[in-house]
Amino acid sequence: MARLGRRFFVSGAVALAAPWVTRPSLAVSAMGFDDARHLLSRTAFGATPAEIAALASTDYTAAVDRLLAKARPQAASPVPDWTNEPLSALRERHREAQSSRSKTADGKPVNEAARIVREEGSQLSNWWVEEMLATDQPLVEKMTLFWHSHFTSSIQKVRYVPALYRQNVLFRREALGNFATLLKAVAHDPAMLIYLDGVRNVAKQPNENFARELLELFTLGEGHYSEADIKNAARAFTGWSVDRDSGRFVDRMRLHDAGEKTFLGQSGHFTGDDILAILLRHPRTAETIVEKLWREFISFTPDPHEVKRLAGLFRGGNYEMRPLLRALFLSPAFRDPANRGALIKSPIELVVGTVHVFGLPVPDATPLVRMMAGLGQTPFAPPNVKGWPGGESWITTSTLLLRQQFLRRLIEATTVSSLDGNMAMMPRPGRRADRRQQMSAPSMAPYPVEGRSLRGPADEAHLGPTLDGVDKATLLRALLSRAPVDPAAGAAGSPGAVVAAAMLDPAYQLK
Amino acid sequence: MDRRQFLFGASTLSFVLAARSALADQAHRVLVLVELKGGNDGLNTVIPYADPLYHQFRPGIGVARDRTLQLDEHVGLHHRLEALMDSWKARDLAVVQGVGYPTPNRSHFRSIEIWDTASSSNRTLSEGWVSRVFEGVTLPHGAGVDAIVADTNALPMTGPGLRTIVMQDAANFLHQAEAMKKTQDPVGNGNPALRHVLDVRREVNAAAAGLHAKLRDGPVPAYTFAADNGFGHQLDLATRLLLARVPVMAIKVALTGFDTHANQAPTQERLLGFLAAGLATFRKNLVAANLWNDVVVLTYSEFGRRVRQNASGGTDHGTAAPHFVMGGKVKGGLHGAYPSLADLQDGDLKHTVDFRNVYSTLARGCWGLQRDFGQHPVRPIDLFA
Repeated sequence: MARLGRRFFVSGAVALAAPWVTRPSLAVSAMGFDDARHLLSRTAFGATPAEIAALASTDYTAAVDRLLAKARPQAASPVPDWTNEPLSALRERHREAQSSRSKTADGKPVNEAARIVREEGSQLSNWWVEEMLATDQPLVEKMTLFWHSHFTSSIQKVRYVPALYRQNVLFRREALGNFATLLKAVAHDPAMLIYLDGVRNVAKQPNENFARELLELFTLGEGHYSEADIKNAARAFTGWSVDRDSGRFVDRMRLHDAGEKTFLGQSGHFTGDDILAILLRHPRTAETIVEKLWREFISFTPDPHEVKRLAGLFRGGNYEMRPLLRALFLSPAFRDPANRGALIKSPIELVVGTVHVFGLPVPDATPLVRMMAGLGQTPFAPPNVKGWPGGESWITTSTLLLRQQFLRRLIEATTVSSLDGNMAMMPRPGRRADRRQQMSAPSMAPYPVEGRSLRGPADEAHLGPTLDGVDKATLLRALLSRAPVDPAAGAAGSPGAVVAAAMLDPAYQLK
Repeated sequence: MDRRQFLFGASTLSFVLAARSALADQAHRVLVLVELKGGNDGLNTVIPYADPLYHQFRPGIGVARDRTLQLDEHVGLHHRLEALMDSWKARDLAVVQGVGYPTPNRSHFRSIEIWDTASSSNRTLSEGWVSRVFEGVTLPHGAGVDAIVADTNALPMTGPGLRTIVMQDAANFLHQAEAMKKTQDPVGNGNPALRHVLDVRREVNAAAAGLHAKLRDGPVPAYTFAADNGFGHQLDLATRLLLARVPVMAIKVALTGFDTHANQAPTQERLLGFLAAGLATFRKNLVAANLWNDVVVLTYSEFGRRVRQNASGGTDHGTAAPHFVMGGKVKGGLHGAYPSLADLQDGDLKHTVDFRNVYSTLARGCWGLQRDFGQHPVRPIDLFA
């Protein structure tokens, strides 16, 4: 009865405010603008006022369930054509290029291998950033990025770019999938085997690199294992390697140490799979993942009680990601208004999110990738095996200034690079833009400002279709996770000025 | 099998990040970039007065022969640039003619990006050329700032190679800090993320305030800048930074308004007047402070303008244009060839000097660094005495 009464009350109130809402079941638990904004700011790359408004009228739990509903486990953007190239073909390409002895302008021999890695790496980063911009399921890309920063591999060391592409495909497949499946796949993953020297881990000379990071960073965390555990785990993984021709996983039985190992108090003729099974039974593994997810989605400081509860649920649920994320998004801490704006946007979130909110066309993602690099987050090149430390470390004096400059540039822009950024611009009489330039009627004044603001300082943003026509109060609430720090941001002015001020406000750095 | 050769053989494993080399010990010169926003009309700046074609293409807006300041028997400066003649006579004003790049782009945004990043016209870079020059170079810690931008376009100095401060940002930060003091700083309480952002901003403020103090307590320019169009103010700031010996690699200023599609003459003449007066005062100040040898000025603009004037007494977006390089150690005179008015491409001038060769020359002349930007051929210009 009480429920009915409440329902009546709420729907009545909503009906008063919005008489066009006729379905009480919809209105009963509409989450409202700020909750919707918060959910999107944590699970998507930026959100436009329209996207927030669309979510605001729905029920929170239903929205979370829809967020986690069956998603495509693949990217939609077209993939570069070399991603299936076997290692042998790449090696052959190197050999050919090296023998042709091409020289640079100043006569130095071209380092062909470095050139191929650089070019393929740049194409791969562009592809991923394009996917982040275009995707209709941003949470999948966010979790792909999360796994990339957890199970790190860097192009600087791997240098076989197709393997990094395949690792990215794996992260996306298990983004909302199963952590146990992912952990096992990562241990067999060629990029990881190269990055943490699995390929050098053989019975005669075990290499402990992967085993150490597996225990310290990927599962248990420091303090929950001994040096002997690392040595024994390394022995168990001996023989897991990468085939020299296909570039795929190979189990070299001859190089495996089949002897008895003792690992975390258990003994046996363990293989790598056995070690992973033991780690998945250890309660710390789930806790490590939950703590990290907390820092990604909720706040800087995980609540130990909640971590234990969620980790128990995770392990008990056979490491399925969806139930865990559902519990996380429905948790009181996630919804606590005090945690709105309690995290700092990563460079990728800042760049992709801002471009998304502005609805800017991106003919070429290269400038965005380079900006991410300048701000400290190069896709496929985490700084070390710990991944990006994130949190406060994203903001230093130099990155804050660079963030500010990037935002100023976007405020002035109507497109990320010119519409013809990739093409040599010869005048083509049929093109409208060229005709405009050739025409000379006085009626063209003021001359079209194409992206570059000739007004001078970037104190007013050019509003595209995603922001045009939205009232100033809504713009402010959509762009900022909390009230602006600087009073100026809320002051009078055109909508474009409000947007510019909001984006340059410190609060814009928060999510 | 040698495990080191697992992937591609030993040669590829030798790939290492270039070691950061220290900036050559020799005293460097500060580069002062002067951006002429909107696309300055080069043909009415350095005027090919002796060419009959010039007067044919520009029956209305062409500058009469007796109103040009002759530099040689072919070209002369617009009379509104008269203030620059002291520098020309002192042989420390270089005029580089026909500066541009292949397959020119006529979009403001794209073309200035090409100039600012020293890219070729078909490549997009987002890092500024000055920043790229300093990649892998250890800079002295000095003021904590390597480059200062007095206008708002920081792109030439943007990138991981340099710590660049945009004075407007610094001023905003200071202003914001003031505003926050008044609001008793209630924000950030209980939000560690926000507190951190504000702490870092305070640090930037402190650097900016330090700079401010240096400027406030530093020597005052002997000659006052005219207070027009913000340009004089920016040059005043640049002068004070130099007089206070703030150890930066580069400073940038800008003069806006060169997009003259209609009724060009009064607008461009006014701007050329600002430009010449500003640069002349700048030069006099640095000469007086005995610093002129330590400074190199470069003007640049996204493009020159169409050769033929349009029906509105203006000019549309074009290609190559002349630019000025000034400084006590600069070799004055005309450099490069004036593009032919008889050999146009789609009504535009063909460039004779690739702007990236100007940059390579400046990287060497200002900072002693050998750099190219992928231009072919790499052809240094004889700009330094």
